[in-house]
Amino acid sequence: MLLNQFLLLSAVLFCIGIYGVVVRRNGVMVLMSIELILNAVNINLVAFGANTGTPMGQVFSLFVIAVAAAEVGVGLAIVLLIYRNRHSIDIDELDELKG
Amino acid sequence: MLENVWIIPAIPALSFVLILAIGKRTPGKGHFIGIAAVAVAFVLALVTAGEWIAREPAKDPVSALADVSDECSRTPQLARDGAYPVEAEGHGGEGKEASGDHGGEDEHAAGEVELAAPAGGGVVAAPAAAAAEEEEPEYTRPVVRCLGWYQSSTTDGGEHGVTDAAVRTVQMTVGTQTDGQSVLMLVVVTLISLLVHVYSTDYVNGDRRYTHYFAFLSLFTASMLFFVLAENTLQMIVGWELVGVCSFALIGHWWEEKPNSDAALKAFLTNRVGDMGLLVGVITLYFGAGQTFNILDINTQANNGEISHTLLLISACCLIAAVMSKSGQFILHTWLPDAMAGPTPVSALIHAATMVVAGIYMVARLYPVFFHGLSISGSSINLLAVVGSVTALFGALLGFVQKDIKKVLAYSTVSQLGFMVASLGVGAWTAALFHLFTHAFFKACLFLGAGSLSHACHHSFNMVDDMGGLRKIMPKTFATYMIGFLSLAGVFPLAGFWSKDEILAGTGGMNKANGTYYFVLVMLLLAAFCTAAYMTRTVWYAFFGEYRGHHHPHESGPRITIPLMILAFLGAVAGFANLPSQMGGLDLHSVAHQFEHLVEPVGIYFPGEAQGFTHAKFNGWLAWIASAAGALGIVLTWFFYTGKLSALEGLASRLRIARAGKTLLENKYYLDHLYTDVVAGGTKGPLARASYWFNQKVLDGVVDGAGRTAVAAGRWVYSKIDQAVVDGAVDGVAAASSGTGGVLRRLQTGRVQQYAALFFAAAALLAGVIVVVIGG
Repeated sequence: MLLNQFLLLSAVLFCIGIYGVVVRRNGVMVLMSIELILNAVNINLVAFGANTGTPMGQVFSLFVIAVAAAEVGVGLAIVLLIYRNRHSIDIDELDELKG
Repeated sequence: MLENVWIIPAIPALSFVLILAIGKRTPGKGHFIGIAAVAVAFVLALVTAGEWIAREPAKDPVSALADVSDECSRTPQLARDGAYPVEAEGHGGEGKEASGDHGGEDEHAAGEVELAAPAGGGVVAAPAAAAAEEEEPEYTRPVVRCLGWYQSSTTDGGEHGVTDAAVRTVQMTVGTQTDGQSVLMLVVVTLISLLVHVYSTDYVNGDRRYTHYFAFLSLFTASMLFFVLAENTLQMIVGWELVGVCSFALIGHWWEEKPNSDAALKAFLTNRVGDMGLLVGVITLYFGAGQTFNILDINTQANNGEISHTLLLISACCLIAAVMSKSGQFILHTWLPDAMAGPTPVSALIHAATMVVAGIYMVARLYPVFFHGLSISGSSINLLAVVGSVTALFGALLGFVQKDIKKVLAYSTVSQLGFMVASLGVGAWTAALFHLFTHAFFKACLFLGAGSLSHACHHSFNMVDDMGGLRKIMPKTFATYMIGFLSLAGVFPLAGFWSKDEILAGTGGMNKANGTYYFVLVMLLLAAFCTAAYMTRTVWYAFFGEYRGHHHPHESGPRITIPLMILAFLGAVAGFANLPSQMGGLDLHSVAHQFEHLVEPVGIYFPGEAQGFTHAKFNGWLAWIASAAGALGIVLTWFFYTGKLSALEGLASRLRIARAGKTLLENKYYLDHLYTDVVAGGTKGPLARASYWFNQKVLDGVVDGAGRTAVAAGRWVYSKIDQAVVDGAVDGVAAASSGTGGVLRRLQTGRVQQYAALFFAAAALLAGVIVVVIGG
């Protein structure tokens, strides 16, 4: 079935996104990995929407794209501020909440 | 007024409170209130006396008790029920009564100290009873009113005339018994107190505690009035102690000087000794008389043989101890001369009207107890008579060696009180009260006179060194003092002659009226001789010879001399109140025995002729002998001091026995040494050691033991409970938190990616669970 291939693609993208979030030290790279995860979800939504023949999946994914755009805006602003304060965007160094 | 006499003591009591509260702000700093209160009390006392004199006697003993409230006394009810024989019904009743009484004496006579002679008593009683038949008997009508303040139930086995109930209510009351005896004292106390108040305004003028002084004079008067009106023995004790407290406060009025406060303490503590006797005596009588404090009940039962002779004897002896301390009888008299440390008007009040006469009054009040307990009518010697006569003579002897004029007068009071006690001891009840009455006037006159002398001589009482030749400078004091002196010495026709003579006649040594107290007669005659002699000595030193002081004496003001004159006048004429009916061929029947008629009770509560209570008749020979003894005392002393009796001069330095006697007297029979060194010193050391031992071993042991136990218990609790259990729990919780915290803190690395990894791992796990559990 066509659906399975979309789902496999989305799963792969999701895993790459998770991997990127967990492993990358660069803050920008982490944000990009999050975009991958979100897009994996979008693929899922569109695939299910096409499969069931309703516009709902497309509407949701449009929402997600809009929210993701906002999120990246905020996220990049945070990263920029971190860089201004610390001259580094290495996430491993941001362990001030350590117990 | 007879029912409401309680007002009379209430007025000075109120004045005491008023003077203390506002006295300092009133003009006169309080003496106006005091004088006004005592003056009102005196007027009311006179009104009471008038009503008493006007009171008609009753014809039979039962109706005589009509004014005795049933709430206070059960005697009237019992009398109406016929519990007591009515003597008025003729000779038979009397005879029965007399024989019954002597039968009772017979039983006890063998075992008792008193060797009663019933046969003698019988012989005496018979002619007296015959004489009584001639006159219609009259019974005095006492008025008793009371107010209950405490009630409690008690069981009484139906004895003592209480037949109706086994459980009965004991009521403690406060009230008044108005009869001749108490009315007499009302008048005497308020009169002397009034004069002393007036005198004091001059004498203690400008004193540092002037207001306080008048407040206590008021309280003193109120206490004595409360005491004399007492309707029950409990109230008597209260009045007795109140009087003691007031005397303590007034003797120690100038307490800044050590001897004065010592004297006050001595007066108070010596009286405590006797008070034990009073307490025991009253309690004995309370149970003996079937649980009643009422004086009338006690007297009636004692008088009708309802209380056993042994019991009466015991309580009489206990009460004699009380009399010995209060009325300054020999061996417990030592406080009385020391009490001269107080202001002189107070001494006059103590010696004439209040305090010391309380003992005499108490014996007179409870007379049936003594009369039957000591078998006075039938014996020729008894404790009361011996105590009195010994005191009369030994007290008089002490008057010879004192330099202080007030101390001579104090010993004179001791001696005169001895006369009164001896008189009561020999059965001459009326004579004792008559002597109390006359003595109050002339002794108050003498004391106030001595105060006037000291007022003139710069507050010195030393008649040997600081006085002399004062008769020309102080004529009013001299005249009044002379009247008092002659009256005390028993010179005809002054008051002291009549009362002293009545006492001497009452001993029965000459005319066999009661028992035959020869011993008492001899002692009292010697005492009368000594009295005249030592009083002459004071007159000689104070008023004759050359003035030996260093200041310029002057006559005292009218506030001092007018009370002196009033007292001197009364001291001269008071004796006519009780003239004998027959005297040297003169028939004085119409005016005779007024005092006896008014004061002496007749009724079932007082010994009558049937019980051997008789009245001595005037005896011409005895009067001559007594007068001769007095005159001899005066004349011998006079010659001695004017130098006409050279044989006696320097006797003490020439004769060893005379020297020994003088030393003995100067040391007051070593009684003070006995008390302070032997009794107090002997008990002080062992008592202190015993107390110390008790304190160290027992009290401290208990305290230390308690302390040690507490410390040990505390240690155990600390180590076992606090440290192990409580702290263990607290520490355990803390350590557990710390441990888990240490473990858990490692999870919080602060690395966002680690959290994300965990988050996803958890989400994956959850997803897996959902797939397996739900989806599966």
